[in-house]
Amino acid sequence: MNSQEKRLQQQMLQDRIFRGTTRFFAFFVLALLAGIIVSLVIGAWPAIQQFGLGFVVGTDWNPVTGQFGGWNSIRGTLLSSFIALAIGVPVSFGIAIFLTELSPVWLRRPLGIAIELLAGVPSIIYGMWGLFVFAPWFADNVQPWLTEHTAGLPIIGGVFDGPPMGIGMLTAGLILSVMVIPYISSVMRDVFEVVPAMLKESAYGLGGTTWEVVWRVVLPYTRSGVMGGVMLGLGRALGETMAITFVIGNAQQPIHSLFDPSTSISATLANEFTEATTALHTGSLIYLGLLLFFITFVVLTLSKLMLLRMQRAEGH
Amino acid sequence: MFSIYARRRFVNFVSLSLSVLAMLFGLFWLAWILYTLFKNGFSSLTPVLFTQTTPAPGSAGGLSNAIIGSLAMSIVGTLVGTPIGILAGTYLAEFGDRGWLAPVTRFINDILLSAPSIVIGLFMYEVYVVHTGHFSGWAGALALAILVIPVVVRTTESMLRLVPHSMREAAYALGAPQWKMTLQVTLRAAKAGVVTGVILAVARIVGETAPLLFTSLNNQFYSNMNQPMANLPVVIFQFAMSPYEDWHNLAWAGSLLIGLFVLVMNILARTLIKPQQQH
Repeated sequence: MNSQEKRLQQQMLQDRIFRGTTRFFAFFVLALLAGIIVSLVIGAWPAIQQFGLGFVVGTDWNPVTGQFGGWNSIRGTLLSSFIALAIGVPVSFGIAIFLTELSPVWLRRPLGIAIELLAGVPSIIYGMWGLFVFAPWFADNVQPWLTEHTAGLPIIGGVFDGPPMGIGMLTAGLILSVMVIPYISSVMRDVFEVVPAMLKESAYGLGGTTWEVVWRVVLPYTRSGVMGGVMLGLGRALGETMAITFVIGNAQQPIHSLFDPSTSISATLANEFTEATTALHTGSLIYLGLLLFFITFVVLTLSKLMLLRMQRAEGH
Repeated sequence: MFSIYARRRFVNFVSLSLSVLAMLFGLFWLAWILYTLFKNGFSSLTPVLFTQTTPAPGSAGGLSNAIIGSLAMSIVGTLVGTPIGILAGTYLAEFGDRGWLAPVTRFINDILLSAPSIVIGLFMYEVYVVHTGHFSGWAGALALAILVIPVVVRTTESMLRLVPHSMREAAYALGAPQWKMTLQVTLRAAKAGVVTGVILAVARIVGETAPLLFTSLNNQFYSNMNQPMANLPVVIFQFAMSPYEDWHNLAWAGSLLIGLFVLVMNILARTLIKPQQQH
């Protein structure tokens, strides 16, 4: 074997090692997810054994008597995320339209960056700002007005009833909506930008207004991408912890109006985990975490699938 | 005829005005939050903040132990997470065109990217804190590393994919083996993008609170990585939830520190990456 062949063989070996190493770490990412699921199931096992799936609908949460049911927390997570989307989606849509259709070109980048900065603000800062600045302002200026003007109306009247404390379900949902806007609007902007110029120009050529072009051409073309963005925002909202923990009120109780303090899965975890003493209490909290992971996993998977469909339509 | 025309104009006007309002709505919150942060935190940005440890309520103190703890855990988390992320991202970009592993990994990585960070904290609690029996800085740092990985994987892959194939072919033509080509040609060409990914990851983990609540917890004193470790986010959380005015002030100062750091990191990331590379 001459030296050239030797070197070639050496290089092939090195290549194999390199490929193997990178493959190992790609596999590591997969194993991480499996590890998270397995460890959560193990940690939650005492509670799973004790309560089974009834845990999901159980409303008792009493560390003293050892009765645990997750419904108060789960409802808080779902309801606050729902409020966040109800406000966040239309606003994000407006921002995306502004950034792709209306804004002068030189303003697009700085404004886009400003909105993205909202996503960069750490959630604990949202929490502090929400607790000390937003909640008092909301309680003084908005809540009494809402109560007064909706009183007596069927359904809506009850939703905005109760003492204006500032903290509570509605405040949590509002702050969440600000937090998901950058995620949803940036996906919407990205998918709006891939609409072929020809399509839009044809619609304009037929005499369509800007709004008609957006509503009848851009939106239908990007439908699945937009849904993917909304799901991504929902995934973020479901898992948000610190901002919610500060303002939701942390009360394991049924709620009658959106002004009532409530709790969410992540807020319950943040508040009680280090104080839990019994295996059953810790297990129940981890059970909650497992459910949260499951819910976000499903939502994020849907988001990813829809964005993939959009990409395929785009021809990648 | 005219009425339809007028109505369409009107609908267009209203909806586009709403769109402008939505934009202002978004900017309004950003301005409000930044204003609050500066107003409440700026006066507490004194040398004492960086030299003294977290105080008991009513006495003077700073955040030095929390700052050091945050730095230590973020640095370890970044050092652990970055190489894993870069190597996994390299696999996805360079060898990821066939087989099942790459698409599945890509998919799972995107899930991990958006997974609730509090769940990562629970995971680290289960695999580290339960087994060692105590909270520690290492557990916190590892939890942060798990948050770094998906960010770095994603940016590394997309940046490597931007490197033109002709560069790879040129390296092969000169007889370079694949590992040398990847490490010394493509990764070097994509360096700015990869570094951007790392910076964004650092900006993300430095403000993370939830995963540290169950892993590093907190400490009133200086500590080594094997003990419960003070860190800015958890200190902010505990101080802000407390009823003491001077603790609130420290919490605001800590928030401003983190906010400024994240802002600077974001600006840095954006100046590193040229606009045309973004899409």
